[in-house]
Amino acid sequence: MCQVDEDYHEPLQRAEVPSVSKKCVKCKEGTAAVVIRAGDAFCRGCFKEYFIHKFRAVLGKHRVLYPGEKVLLAVSGGPSSCSMLSQVQEGLSQNAHKKLRFLPGIVFIDEGGAVGQSVEDRRRMVAELQAVFKATGFPFHVVPLEQVLDLPSSVVAAAPSPSERAAGAYKVAVGHFIQSDGVGVTLKREESAPADVQESSTHSLQQLIGSAKTLTAREDLLNTLRQHLLVHTARTEGYSKVMLGDNCTRLAVKLLTSISLGRGAQLAQDTGFSDSRYRDIILVRPMRDYSAKEIAYYNRMFCVPSVFIPSLDTKTADKSSIQRLTESFVTRLQADFPSTVSTIYRTSEKLQTCKSSSTADHCDRCLLCMCALDTAVENASAFQATLISEQLSQAKAPAATSAAIPRQNPAPMEPESTAATGQCCSSGGGEDCGKAVGGVGCCSSAKGPESTGLRSLLCYSCQLTIRDMSSVERLPHYILSEAQRRQRRSQMREEISEFLLDEGDEGD
Amino acid sequence: MPVLCSNCIDKRAVLKRPKTGHSLCKECFFWAFEEEVHQTIVAAKLFKHGEKVGIAASGGKDSTVLAHVMKLLNERYNYGLELMLLSVDEGISGYRDDSLETVKRNQQQYELPLKIVSYEELYGWTMDAIVKQVGRKNNCTFCGVFRRQALDRGAIMLKVDKICTGHNADDVAETVLMNVLRGDIARLRRCTAISTASEGEGVVPRCKPLKYAYEKEIVLYAYFKKLDYFSTECIYSPNAYRGHARTFLKDLESVRPSSIMDIVHSGENLSVREGVKMPVQGTCKQCGYISSQALCKSCVLLEGLNRGLPKLGIGKHHRLHDKILSKQPLTEKEERKLKSVDF
Repeated sequence: MCQVDEDYHEPLQRAEVPSVSKKCVKCKEGTAAVVIRAGDAFCRGCFKEYFIHKFRAVLGKHRVLYPGEKVLLAVSGGPSSCSMLSQVQEGLSQNAHKKLRFLPGIVFIDEGGAVGQSVEDRRRMVAELQAVFKATGFPFHVVPLEQVLDLPSSVVAAAPSPSERAAGAYKVAVGHFIQSDGVGVTLKREESAPADVQESSTHSLQQLIGSAKTLTAREDLLNTLRQHLLVHTARTEGYSKVMLGDNCTRLAVKLLTSISLGRGAQLAQDTGFSDSRYRDIILVRPMRDYSAKEIAYYNRMFCVPSVFIPSLDTKTADKSSIQRLTESFVTRLQADFPSTVSTIYRTSEKLQTCKSSSTADHCDRCLLCMCALDTAVENASAFQATLISEQLSQAKAPAATSAAIPRQNPAPMEPESTAATGQCCSSGGGEDCGKAVGGVGCCSSAKGPESTGLRSLLCYSCQLTIRDMSSVERLPHYILSEAQRRQRRSQMREEISEFLLDEGDEGD
Repeated sequence: MPVLCSNCIDKRAVLKRPKTGHSLCKECFFWAFEEEVHQTIVAAKLFKHGEKVGIAASGGKDSTVLAHVMKLLNERYNYGLELMLLSVDEGISGYRDDSLETVKRNQQQYELPLKIVSYEELYGWTMDAIVKQVGRKNNCTFCGVFRRQALDRGAIMLKVDKICTGHNADDVAETVLMNVLRGDIARLRRCTAISTASEGEGVVPRCKPLKYAYEKEIVLYAYFKKLDYFSTECIYSPNAYRGHARTFLKDLESVRPSSIMDIVHSGENLSVREGVKMPVQGTCKQCGYISSQALCKSCVLLEGLNRGLPKLGIGKHHRLHDKILSKQPLTEKEERKLKSVDF
């Protein structure tokens, strides 16, 4: 015990400490300037090359951006999306090794109204960003979030799905591009000045966001509205792809958040490289291979400007929302276990973008997030179990005062009797489920008839968000009118259902 | 003014359901809880009339409530099941011996036959002895792998058709999170299944009737029913990484109580991309138990223990499987790596 030389079995392994004078692991010449992962020290030049190569590699691997295609870069002002902007700039510059061949434009959604920024602050931030955008020479659009209130219902309605591109389509497109010799490729300089925002619309936007009682629901709602506005802007300005700046760290948080919010079925779309839920507009995430740390280093070393813009959860406590809680959980775990983010992120790569969702009937899509509905599930499921719990915990109807009604008919334990024992819900079938959802209602708040009908059009997770709202009347007109349209459609279909030969292959 | 039960609108409510937020009286809560388990059993078609079912009983709250509810529902709804209790004695003094006393009391109260299988008789090692060799780190790996197999072996001895375990919604949600954090896509897909009936033939199917019951409601049920259960953490349990997932889940629940069910829902609806490599189920060449490798995990762990190389089963040493099978000695270099290094 107290010997001077305790006989250890083997020498202790010493963790390698990155030393200042280390050489770059790549060129073995330059002095290391940045350590990305443990042990990988890069010099300035090699780091830049590595970073740029990664961006090209991810675009090259997926081959979704066609030459000459108009691509809208969604820039929030944060480090990740600003870095994406600089990568696109880099790729289009004359001295780029393999020039990118798509036509970029920039969109910035000004969410100051939802977050509660003053008019002066908003103006200042927009001006700051406009300076950044102008320097790129790309066309840009500054869109205040208030415009979401005036969107047409076509945003959430069935979009015509683009003609399916065959496997060899990419090569054909490249061929066309080379033949046309890049004619018409010149960028038109267009700048849409930020539209003046009416004070009244800011007010109604705030009321809309405020009608969500929890920060979790508020953030979710804001995400949905932002995405609708992005897609709408892309459509009206003639873009067919939207680039989002989500990085690896962000996506790991998003994946875990999505799981916690009940979005398991939509996980692949929420976090994958390309997301085709809007059919004609495809969202891509080219920054998904970079960690937040890499981006921070790059931006600092190569002076990529970014603008800090507060969001809904800025300066809030860890437990203020599920999104916020997950973020701090992942970052804290990442500090102790450095492979956390990459492990979670790799999980997302193994997931599927729904079962051939592109062919699914449009009516079966969620009104808010536009993903395929996940509520028409089998009897033994978490969704049904929750419905049963709610039913069993409250009086059926004002008339029925006795709770002991089901107690009288103990059913034998046979598979055939399943339908008999279950009250309305276990009968299965999507249509019934939808109604049951509406019928059950919620204990925490009084709902109008509008809200109950609305819930049947939503996926599991968006139902949770709506449940956290005090009223749905403040939802933008385009959502409510599309909801009414879908309800009328399904009523119509019900009326004529006997005469339809094949279910749901016509119409929407 | 006292709050009235939201179901019968007659009696005074005594609790707020963690799952839905409703205020209920004692009777209505019991009824709702039992009815939900019944609905789960019926909807998932967990049992058939006349089957022999083993209830995995540890003496803890989940299995005590499970045994109680299973017996009650079997009588109320005439399932026609023959129930029995099945316990595993890991050989942890100061923990399992006490909890097994609870199981024995339960056996008398519920009048169900009880079978106890012990690690010592199955493997020749108690957990206490294993911890002595392995150290405090990684010992849960041994315990978990051995228990799973011990349950199956016990079930075969008892000749039961099915085993049901006390896993609740919190456990399932926690496992979903764990598997995401570990990137284990194969388990992520399997872990939300309510029954393993679709797996290989060699094993007794296991199912989780309490899959949709909140842990908190199980405690409430046991509390108001005054059920006798043992509540002490295992003395060897500080499993750090799972602890993170557990804390996270509890935090999520406090932000939005439905989170637990939401995560289970997510897990049930995940779809894995085609072309992702999945382990193929085979059988262990040594003992014949199901395994995705040449040797099953418990044979590897046991081999490691018997050779005095406890790290053999921790981490991946698939290349050594052939050597183990042919009873060859390992090289010195290989041995050095696998010795316990905790000092």
